[in-house]
Amino acid sequence: MAIYLLRRIFLLFVTILGVSIIIFALMRVVPGNIADVLFESSGYIDQVQKAKIEAELGLDKPLIQQYLSWLGHLLTGDFGFSYMSERPAIDEILPRLPVTFKLAALTLFFTIIFGIPLGVWSAVKQNGLVDNALRVVTLSALSLPSFWCGLLVLMFSVHVFGVIPIYSNEPRSIFHELFLLSIPALVVGFRSSALIVRLTRSSMLEVLRQDYIRTARAKGVSESTIHYRHALKNAILPIITLLGIEASHLMGGLVVIETVFNIPGLGRYLVEAIRWRDYPIVQNIVLFSACAVVMTNFIVDMLYAVIDPRIKYVD
Amino acid sequence: MMSTVNGVGNPSSKDDSSPEKKVSEFNEELSLAGANVHTKVGMIFFLTKRYPLGFLGLFLVFVFIFVALFAPYLTTHDPLTTNPSISLAAPSMGHPMGADFMGRDLFSRVIFGARTSLAVAFGATILGVFFGVLIGLASGYLGGWVDLVLQRLIDILQSLPTLILAMAMAAALGPSLFNTIIAIAIPKFPSIARVIRSSTLSLREMPFIEAARAMGMSDLRIVFRHIFPNTLAPLIVLATAGLGSAILVEASLSFLGLGVPEPHPSWGRMLSESASEYVRTAPWLVLFPGAAITVAVFGANLLGDALRDIFDPRQRTAN
Amino acid sequence: MEKLINEFSNHIHVSNLAEAAVLEVENLKTYFFVKQGVVKAVDDFSFSLKSGDKLAIVGESGCGKSMTALSVLRLVPNPPGRIVSGSIKLDGKDLLQMSESEMRNIRGNRISMIFQEPMTSLNPVLSIAQQIGEALILHQKLSDKDAFDRSVELLKLVKIPEPLRRAREYPHQLSGGMRQRVMTAMALACNPQVLLADEPTTALDVTIQAQILDLIMELQDRLGTAVVLITHDLGVVAETSERVIVMYGGKKVEEANVNDIFAMPLHPYTQGLLAAVPKLTTLSGKESYSKRLQEIPGIVPALVNLPDACTFAPRCAFATDICRHEYPPYTNISSSHKVACWHVAKVC
Repeated sequence: MAIYLLRRIFLLFVTILGVSIIIFALMRVVPGNIADVLFESSGYIDQVQKAKIEAELGLDKPLIQQYLSWLGHLLTGDFGFSYMSERPAIDEILPRLPVTFKLAALTLFFTIIFGIPLGVWSAVKQNGLVDNALRVVTLSALSLPSFWCGLLVLMFSVHVFGVIPIYSNEPRSIFHELFLLSIPALVVGFRSSALIVRLTRSSMLEVLRQDYIRTARAKGVSESTIHYRHALKNAILPIITLLGIEASHLMGGLVVIETVFNIPGLGRYLVEAIRWRDYPIVQNIVLFSACAVVMTNFIVDMLYAVIDPRIKYVD
Repeated sequence: MMSTVNGVGNPSSKDDSSPEKKVSEFNEELSLAGANVHTKVGMIFFLTKRYPLGFLGLFLVFVFIFVALFAPYLTTHDPLTTNPSISLAAPSMGHPMGADFMGRDLFSRVIFGARTSLAVAFGATILGVFFGVLIGLASGYLGGWVDLVLQRLIDILQSLPTLILAMAMAAALGPSLFNTIIAIAIPKFPSIARVIRSSTLSLREMPFIEAARAMGMSDLRIVFRHIFPNTLAPLIVLATAGLGSAILVEASLSFLGLGVPEPHPSWGRMLSESASEYVRTAPWLVLFPGAAITVAVFGANLLGDALRDIFDPRQRTAN
Repeated sequence: MEKLINEFSNHIHVSNLAEAAVLEVENLKTYFFVKQGVVKAVDDFSFSLKSGDKLAIVGESGCGKSMTALSVLRLVPNPPGRIVSGSIKLDGKDLLQMSESEMRNIRGNRISMIFQEPMTSLNPVLSIAQQIGEALILHQKLSDKDAFDRSVELLKLVKIPEPLRRAREYPHQLSGGMRQRVMTAMALACNPQVLLADEPTTALDVTIQAQILDLIMELQDRLGTAVVLITHDLGVVAETSERVIVMYGGKKVEEANVNDIFAMPLHPYTQGLLAAVPKLTTLSGKESYSKRLQEIPGIVPALVNLPDACTFAPRCAFATDICRHEYPPYTNISSSHKVACWHVAKVC
């Protein structure tokens, strides 16, 4: 087990290192560096000034050296400076993290509380009215682009309530904030809970056919106990896998929804940074979301062993 | 690494387990179910009855392709010509979906948008499948360090959320139709490669492959003549399902301003142009392009679902 | 240990009603409604069981034995199956008239069942103690702690070594034989009046089979439970049962005491079954029916849309026209032996 864990953690670092190389490479492929961008607005390029800026930012050094120095700085906790604000990247990113984190947590919360029970319900009433209705709803949810869904919600709210429920100023209280965030969270959660409903359904159907479900019935166990204690516990592994994938890839959905709802989080900031070619910021946010994915995968694998007594990680 | 008892498979491999089913077996099963598999018409009739939603999907995908191919014949206006006098005009007889801020006919733009969307979705899917198949076959058939390296590469690519990777790619490559296709294809190929690899791994041990090897057939020939055709069923399912997501990713990228650039009309960008302002003032600019995306993706999803049902009986619901 | 047994015995509803039937099944009909038609899985089936009885129901697979047991617990998969008519009386109360929640009170409490497949009949993600204790918590309102202690005692009762350790383990850590012991412990947890054992040993090694059967019979003797043993193995029947019902095509074709069945089988199907059993005595060369294992020609018919005829007729050497048109009435050979065959006289 210990050796397994060490191996896993080692691979985890290898992956992150790989991601950092890819990000670095991508950011250097880009036509035009920050110096070009800075001069773009002024209309002409002052070669002397440009060289000075490039030297200041280390852009004149060989690529490998630039990469290693970036990596070295990362390891010492130096995340570089934002080109735009000229403040340390970390000071730009950290304040935007909480709102994105709250949004992600709420989305995941909605995904679970809608996805799993509805999936169980659908499986129990296989081919019934509820099941068929849910099949149509989930398929539509998977086809609906989340930004359009968000725009529709905004439109609906404008035409019915006359207001747009978005983050215009500082929210009044934590509850007000959660309320404001729960609308975009529901929009993103709609799609991911549809995925969970479908997977829960098929996983439950598989389990409900098993002999041990009959054994439980023969013991006089009630149907709801059978569904949630006996069946769901067996059906949950693939669901957790998918939840892990959804959780780790949530950043993608949040980028879009933060833009639609104008939420000052990491996602919208990434879009802005890309638009302004503020590469230190882009690099850091992308690397951060890769770390989130890798960590989530690790946690999910550990969860398997906790949930299913048959799974043991051996060396 | 991970040992399981009593045949409980590695749970994470459950999702990329491949639907493997030979066409002949499938025909057999169909005839058992009472289908007339001897004539094409009989078979199509049977499949329509059995998978009505799948056929709706096929129909929608065909409509999507038709609209894209014949866009110039379906529209009355040029999608790029501006006409300030009808800026933000509401839907009317002459302009059934109204006009945008620059006075371009929205109906024509939505119709031509199908072209962009189709080009990107098919382009990205084909490119993604191509790389996915090559890497999956190489990884699975060659094994050893090739497999190790390719698997790490796939791990790395999969540790970035699809849209984030696509955004980074799009930003790095710069805006163009072809770059958008690449930006969407790159995040797509790892999952295809995974499935092809696992099929290849199991096929490699099959007696007919052993036989081919014993006959002195070259590796290249074995891979492309014997292994690849047997991975087609899961590939078709994956590719169809991927079509829907490619349309969605393109729309999202364009919405964020990182997708297909002007002058190509793109559904996603139509929404970003209109998003903030027109929710209040010109809702038709929000409604129609979004509905177009949804219908196209819905069709691809329905078709993908039906194909999965057909090729992967384990997913099939009992009826 | 003895104290435990006594404690169990006190719970048992044994009584002065020694002669009254605990379980009385009358004219039970369980049909399956499928696309191709109606399958009469159990057709007009009756039997009764007194406290402490040992009844065996014998037949080939697919003859409706298991469905009979599932019908008694009202666990027939619905759809497509349904109990169409008849009555199942436990202490005189008809189970078929009960509500689902009343029925849940019966299952695992007063009637319990051991299933055929020990490998798959235990829930892989719940510990052994959790699975045994569940019925105790449910029906006897024990606390979690008490249920655990009782589960350990039950494991001891079914002779599982190191019961305390095993109680905390999960099914995959146990062998097939041990799992069937756990199933037995689970079934006996609430001292049921009736135990339905559906091929409890089929999936096990021969040596383990005997151990499990001995265990069930020993516990039955001590606890006074009435047992219905469902099997296709006449050897098992000879060792364990007092009374035998032979089932074919959903119907009871012969019922007799175990000695009578072996000494004087009357239905051609029963005779066929007996002939198919390799006799130990043949080894000594004496009482050999035939040198080779005899097979009954033909296979169990698909039970879809059967005509109202003797179900065995298509495979029967004695079949005549009447057999193909009308189901034979039961002929009472003695007070305990009856058979449904038009040609009883001829067959003997």
